Amino acid sequence: MNEAGERLYNGLIKENPTFVLMLGMCPTLAVTTSAINGLGMGLTTMVVLALSNVMISLLRNIIPDKVRIPAFIVVIASFVTMVELLLEGFIPFLYDALGIYIPLIVVNCIILGRAEAFASKNPVLPSLFDGIGMGLGFSFALTCIGAVRELIGAGTLFGAHIMPASYVPCTIFIMAPGAFFVLATLTALQNKFKAIGEKKGKDMSKVGSGCSEDCMNCGQSGCSSRKFYDEDGSDGPVGKVEPKKKSVKKSEEKAEKVEEKAEKVEEKAEAAEAKAEAAEEKAETAEEKVDVAESAEQNETEGKEE
Amino acid sequence: MSDMLKVSSNPHVRSNVTTNAIMLAVVIALLPAAGFGIYNFGLHALFLMIITIVSCVLTELIYEKALKKEVTIGDFSAVVTGLLLAMNLPPMAPLWIGVVGGVFAILVVKMLFGGLGQNFMNPALGGRCFLLISFTSIMTNFDCDAYTGATPLAQLKAGTTPDILKMIIGNTSGTIGETSMIAIVIGACFLILLGVIDLKIPGTYIVTFVLFISIFGGHGFDPAFISAHLAGGGLMLGAFFMATDYVTRPITKKGQYVFGALLGILTGVFRIFGPSAEGVSYAIIIGNLLVPLIEKFTLPKAFGKGGEHV
Repeated sequence: MNEAGERLYNGLIKENPTFVLMLGMCPTLAVTTSAINGLGMGLTTMVVLALSNVMISLLRNIIPDKVRIPAFIVVIASFVTMVELLLEGFIPFLYDALGIYIPLIVVNCIILGRAEAFASKNPVLPSLFDGIGMGLGFSFALTCIGAVRELIGAGTLFGAHIMPASYVPCTIFIMAPGAFFVLATLTALQNKFKAIGEKKGKDMSKVGSGCSEDCMNCGQSGCSSRKFYDEDGSDGPVGKVEPKKKSVKKSEEKAEKVEEKAEKVEEKAEAAEAKAEAAEEKAETAEEKVDVAESAEQNETEGKEE
Repeated sequence: MSDMLKVSSNPHVRSNVTTNAIMLAVVIALLPAAGFGIYNFGLHALFLMIITIVSCVLTELIYEKALKKEVTIGDFSAVVTGLLLAMNLPPMAPLWIGVVGGVFAILVVKMLFGGLGQNFMNPALGGRCFLLISFTSIMTNFDCDAYTGATPLAQLKAGTTPDILKMIIGNTSGTIGETSMIAIVIGACFLILLGVIDLKIPGTYIVTFVLFISIFGGHGFDPAFISAHLAGGGLMLGAFFMATDYVTRPITKKGQYVFGALLGILTGVFRIFGPSAEGVSYAIIIGNLLVPLIEKFTLPKAFGKGGEHV
């Protein structure tokens, strides 16, 4: 369960999809005109994200690599359709408020991103909690943005009047430009807290780095927290990926045998070489002898001439 | 002439004219229109101007103190922004409107992008458009003690022709600084004589606008209709004081003509086809945003570059 907690923390704070990863900007900017809309959109996305993560994690060994994106989209779209119909039936006011952005959850890059980066490579349980964590992070961010926009732009919070009656709502904040102002300000604040944390000596390096914990596909080889998730769901620093499938083992054994043979052949070759060398040496000594003999002959002839 | 060969990096041509002096000249040039606004609309207009200028200058000061940067309020650019913004407010706007607009203009439009010289759009107009979108009912309510009823442009939009002589002198309703065409033109002449601005942008702007109105205005080349459109609203103020802003206009000569023509067309489109009566501020802001593109395509070729290859 520690890992589940870690996944939730990761989605909520460390890799918050909105403030840190900057994913899913379209719904973030478009539907957060009020806190309730932001919360509704966030929770809807969370449900789709958790369900699609589980389904894709279950199917991860069946889906061929080449068609994985269409397969993910089909899974996601199925869940989105279900959620859309449920919303229309049971929470019609939210359905009307979110409008076109519910079907557009299909192409929300957080969902596809988590499917591609996490669920398609990890077991079911971590994937489920990854989906819930990311979804909670998304909901939290959208609710924050929606609350600020609603408070400034309409003077209310979750529909209740907060500001005094004399307050004149600043309408731009519930229009499109306001979304950019609020998102930028909140992201700046988040970066500020990160800077403060770094000054205090906390390791904030992963906050904002965009690390998806997806070490399999990560190019940063020097990362100190590099790790892989094993089949059984336990994690921990492992030197290299240890293949567990039988077919892989067999092939590896074969490969080892082949290697052994190759070694033997090499040994033979070495022995042959050694023989050849010995032969060469013999030949050389023979040549030397010949030389000696020749010089001796010369000496002899010279002596005769003298 | 010394015999020494002097080697230095650019700029090679230096001038004694400082930012300070230019901004001061603009403030002086704005004074006739501002003074007429106070005469026309009463003391509240003066308070509105003062509080807008003060909030602009204070915002810049606090921002620079807080971020431990060099304090640049001495260059009067914040004063110009505040004065222009106040002249674009309706005369009876509550004082806090000036404060909110001033803070937004300086903090968001100017300082967050790096201060004077780095802002991508005219801060005063950015502030005005922010207020216009945020507080539409306040910003479009031009009723005051002296005048009630529609602005000249709203009358034009409704199909009636306002009194042109009044519009040229400025005895009409509208924002504080835009009503008097004479006062604005006096200020503009002062700036042109000083060489602070030239007629490239305002001239092209007005000529293009007149052509556009003649073709698409529905009245043909009707002098009364056209002069009412020229004298009404913020066109004169925008053409001479805001489109010519050094920071947000194109620096190339050709680009300035393109910029002026673009503003003329956009203003015409907003006034004739748009839902609201006025469109100068939006036209100039959109023009500002297109300046990098205009400059890219009108960059003069350096000597020896380009041309035909033999």
